[in-house]
Amino acid sequence: MKRTIPLFITAIGGFVLIAAVFSGYTQSWGEVAAIWFDVLAAIAFILGGGNLMKIHLRKISDRGAGWAYSVVTLIAFLATLIIGLGKIGVNPSEQFPEYGMSGSYREVGGPFWWLYEYAFKPLTATMFAMLAFYVASAAFRAFRAKNLEAMLLLGTAFIILLGRTYAGVWLTSFLAPDGPLSGLRLENVTVTIMKVFNTAGNRAIMIGIALGIASTSLKVLLGVDRSYLGGGEE
Amino acid sequence: MYEFLRDLDRRWIFLMMFLCVAVPIIVIGLTGETFPEEPTDLARAVFHAIDDMPSGSKVLLSYDYDPASEGELSPMATMFAYHCAAKGHKMYFMALWPVGPQMVDDTIENILKRDFPNLEYGEDYVNLGYKSGYEGVIKVIITDFTELYTTDTRGTPWSAIPMCEDVESVQDMDLLINVSAGYAGTKEWVQYAVTPYPKLRMVAGCTGVQAPLLYPYIPQQLHGLLGAIKGAAEYEALVTAKYGEQMARRDADGNPVVDEEGNYVIRGKYTEGIRRMGPQLVAHLLMIVLIILGNVIYFIEKRRERRR
Repeated sequence: MKRTIPLFITAIGGFVLIAAVFSGYTQSWGEVAAIWFDVLAAIAFILGGGNLMKIHLRKISDRGAGWAYSVVTLIAFLATLIIGLGKIGVNPSEQFPEYGMSGSYREVGGPFWWLYEYAFKPLTATMFAMLAFYVASAAFRAFRAKNLEAMLLLGTAFIILLGRTYAGVWLTSFLAPDGPLSGLRLENVTVTIMKVFNTAGNRAIMIGIALGIASTSLKVLLGVDRSYLGGGEE
Repeated sequence: MYEFLRDLDRRWIFLMMFLCVAVPIIVIGLTGETFPEEPTDLARAVFHAIDDMPSGSKVLLSYDYDPASEGELSPMATMFAYHCAAKGHKMYFMALWPVGPQMVDDTIENILKRDFPNLEYGEDYVNLGYKSGYEGVIKVIITDFTELYTTDTRGTPWSAIPMCEDVESVQDMDLLINVSAGYAGTKEWVQYAVTPYPKLRMVAGCTGVQAPLLYPYIPQQLHGLLGAIKGAAEYEALVTAKYGEQMARRDADGNPVVDEEGNYVIRGKYTEGIRRMGPQLVAHLLMIVLIILGNVIYFIEKRRERRR
C-alpha cells in the first residue's frame, strides 16, 4: 500500500499533464495539476523546516562533529521564522490601519528587514564573492595544457576572458571595425564562439537530455522505475 | 624564483585577486573614468525590444535572483526598470525566488520612487511579489494570473488594481523581462511560457555561468540576452546614449551636468555595470597571468622529470 498509492499518484499526475498538452479539451486538467503542484511546493517549506530542525536537533543531542554550528543554524532559523511569521515590529498598513499586523513583513526599519539587510544580504553576497578567490587559485593549480583538448579549452578561455573586457577591444583595435577582417577582432571572435560553437554544443546536449528525460519519465509513469520511492516494505 | 612559484601559497593568489578588484574600484570611484562600451547585437536587441514598443505597453518583469548574485544582476535590473519607466510602459513586477521581492523593492525605491515620482502605484507599476512553486507558478499564470495572484504585495485585490483590470494572464503582456540567477529563471520562462505560446516576446538578463546555456534559445524564443556585467554595461551604454539628459547629475539650478567634451555626466547608479567592467578587466588579466604561470611551472616540472 505504501508503494502502490504513490505509484498511482505519480502515474495519474504525469498522464494528466501529458494529456493536457496534446488536447484542448484537457488543457484545464493541466492547470489544476499545476495549482496542486504550487500548493504542494508551499507545503514543502514546512516539511523542509521540520527536517532541518530534526537533523540539527539530533546532531546537538549526539554532540556530533560541528554541533555548535547546528546551534547557530537553529537559532538563526527560529529567529527568522518567528520574526517573519509573527510580523514582529510591523506597523499597520495605510490601507488597513485598524489591523495591527496588516503591514508588510519587509517594512523598512522592521526587525525582518534588519535581519535581511544586515545578516542575510552581506552573508550571501560574501559567500558568492569568495568564488573569485577560489577560481583564481584553481586557475593557477589545475588549468593545465596536458593534451590537445585542454589546449583548445585554454585558448578559448583566453579569448573569452579578453573578449568580455576592454582588453579585447584594445588588443585588436588595429583591425578596422567595418573592414574585411573585423570578424577577427577579439570581441567579435568571442561572440562567434558563443553563438556558433557554444550554441551547437549546448543544443546537442539539451536534445540528448530531453530524450533521456522523456524515457526516464515514461519508466517512472509506467511504474518500471520505482527507485524514487526509496527502499522499504510493501 | 621557480621554487617560490611552484610552492606558491594560495593566500598570495587571494591577495592578488583582492588588489586586482579593489584598486580599480577605488581608482574608478576617485576619477570617474571608465572604459568605453561597444554594444553587441544581443544588447541592441534587448534595447530595441523595450524601446520600440509604444508607450503604455504592458511589461512583466520577473526578478528571479537573490543578494548572492545582486552584484552581477542589479545593474541590469535597475536599467530595465529605468528604461521601461522612461518609455512609459506599465510595469508588472513579480518573483519566482523567495527573496526576489526584496530585489523588486530596491528597484521601486531607488529608481521609480526617486526618479519617477509622477508614476503611480497601481496605475503605472505594481508589485505582485513572490509565489512558491518555481516553474509551477509560470504554468498557472500563463493562463490565469488570479489563480495564484489574488492580491498584490500590499494586499490590494487583483480586481481593484487599475492596471490589472484588462490583464487575465501572462499572454496579455507585450513583453516579458526576466532577470535570472538560475533555477527557476530564464530557462523555465522559455520552456513554460514562450515555447507553448510563441506570440509572447521575451528578453532576459542572466549571470555569466547561465549565459552559454541560454544561447540555444536565441533568437526565436529569446529576443535578446544580457550576459552578466558585460551585458549590463552594454545595455547601460545604449540607454544612457538615448536618455542621458534625464539620467545626468543635476547642478544647483537643476540643469544636467556635462563634462569637458560635452557629454552628460550620468548618475552613478545608472553606470554601475560600466564601472564594474574595470575590476573585471584587471581580474580577467590576473586569471590569464595565473594560468600561463601555472602552465610554465607544469612544463618545467615535466621537462625535469624527463631528464631524471
